[in-house]
Amino acid sequence: MAIFRYPCPAPSEITPKEVYLSRRGMLGGSAISLMAALAGTAEADALKAHPGPYSGGLTPTPEEFVTGYNNFYEFGMEKDDPVSHAGDFHPLPWTLEISGMVKKPQHIDVGALLKSSDIEERIYRMRCVEAWSMVIPWDGIPLAKLLALAEPDSNARYVAFESVVRPSEMPGQSSAFSGISWPYVEGLRLDEAMNPLTLLAVGIYGESLPNQNGAPIRLVVPWKYGFKGIKSIQRIRLLDRQPPTTWNRLAPDEYGFYANVNPQVDHPRWSQASERVIGSKTLFGTKRQPTLMFNGYAEQVASLYKGMNLHESF
Amino acid sequence: MKASRVSGKSTAFLRRYWHVVLYPLGFIPAAWLVWQGQSGELGADPVNVFERSLGLWAFRFLLICLALAPMQKIIGINLLRFRRLTGLLAFFYAVMHLASYLALDLQFDISIFWRDVTRRPFIILGMVALVLLFPLAVTSNRISMRGLKRNWKRLHRLVYVAAVLAGIHFFLSFKTLNSTTAFYLTVMGLVLLTRVPALVSAGRRVFTHLGARRS
Repeated sequence: MAIFRYPCPAPSEITPKEVYLSRRGMLGGSAISLMAALAGTAEADALKAHPGPYSGGLTPTPEEFVTGYNNFYEFGMEKDDPVSHAGDFHPLPWTLEISGMVKKPQHIDVGALLKSSDIEERIYRMRCVEAWSMVIPWDGIPLAKLLALAEPDSNARYVAFESVVRPSEMPGQSSAFSGISWPYVEGLRLDEAMNPLTLLAVGIYGESLPNQNGAPIRLVVPWKYGFKGIKSIQRIRLLDRQPPTTWNRLAPDEYGFYANVNPQVDHPRWSQASERVIGSKTLFGTKRQPTLMFNGYAEQVASLYKGMNLHESF
Repeated sequence: MKASRVSGKSTAFLRRYWHVVLYPLGFIPAAWLVWQGQSGELGADPVNVFERSLGLWAFRFLLICLALAPMQKIIGINLLRFRRLTGLLAFFYAVMHLASYLALDLQFDISIFWRDVTRRPFIILGMVALVLLFPLAVTSNRISMRGLKRNWKRLHRLVYVAAVLAGIHFFLSFKTLNSTTAFYLTVMGLVLLTRVPALVSAGRRVFTHLGARRS
């Protein structure tokens, strides 16, 4: 879970597009990115992203908050644990497996994917289940495109995602506390996975994902709470039954399988009707705004849930 | 309090006016948090850190307050005179905790507040703990002690109920068990354990008192 939402940062606080574009150009041809690529490190590499649909209208949250305020329990339970403890994680080389009920199982070289010119920029709202939000400029590839490569069987109904287990690189995985059993797992219905909004992100702000944001590849489902966005994905499987999901296993009364952003369905411990906007730099300057149905993406996704009781299937 | 070993003129002055020094000291964490919050040191979600920190300070002062009696009994260090100070600080921090939740977090959205305090056990427990501390804060002066006589002690045993409720509220404020809650709840457990004999004998006294009245 991570990151999210609306304008509220002063325009002066946002990295202007020209600045990060020029940084991109600068890095693109330089020896720095070559060295980083050779070393297989997480040094931010510029991506060849082009603006995709859904890129307009939203003002991204300042990058320092998007990369410094994360829920990634594999690296610790505090919001600043991921940025401080993800330095030893090696996201490359990385193979993403797509298997299960498919005709052509895939083993995707994510390092090569990072250099692909298919990468699109999508600026999405992100709403955390903890009632705060940001706006993030993602760079990635629609999940539907990769699933299509694998050719799902006609009786596949669900998509299961599995993250990575590396206690030596992820200190949170050897902590006695959290109670989470690793790997982190998530799931979507196949039609949700195939929705054009659903993205496999490999970057933010035009550069490859920092470790703390789920390097090298993570899920982004902008109409669902952030915890659905499983990070550092190793395996995607197509199934005919609903897969277990980490937070649902931990507290089924608090976190449902669907986890659609819904201002009318409260978390048992707090209201989901509105949200704190991340991005103000001062305590007394923090804003709160109403939460939108499906996080503002009702037009694109409401039809997926026609006839369902969203209070029961939360 | 008679057992105090400090002496001399300067310490006599401190002994008399310690509260003038210590009350402002107690508010340093709150002032520090406000300063950090306004200078961007509380991170991406300053309101959340601010309101949680105030709640944690309330719980810390409450635990210190409760630990003073067993400390005197078990280790022999008599700091009982600070019980009023620490108890009142716990109350003030709890009030600031509630105020920051209402004003900074909910931004006075009364409809959300109303649903929270009527439907969510997590919030209800915290609110009840604060409400229980209120009469204790109001009667924390010598006049009330004299006026209420034995009932003052009975009334102030509510602090144990408030502490347990606050402890559960604190535990529920996290998504999973973690080292912070484990630490504070262990401290609370130990402090309460040392009070079990006293509470049992107090309970027995009340029981025999009632029994005597009935016969």
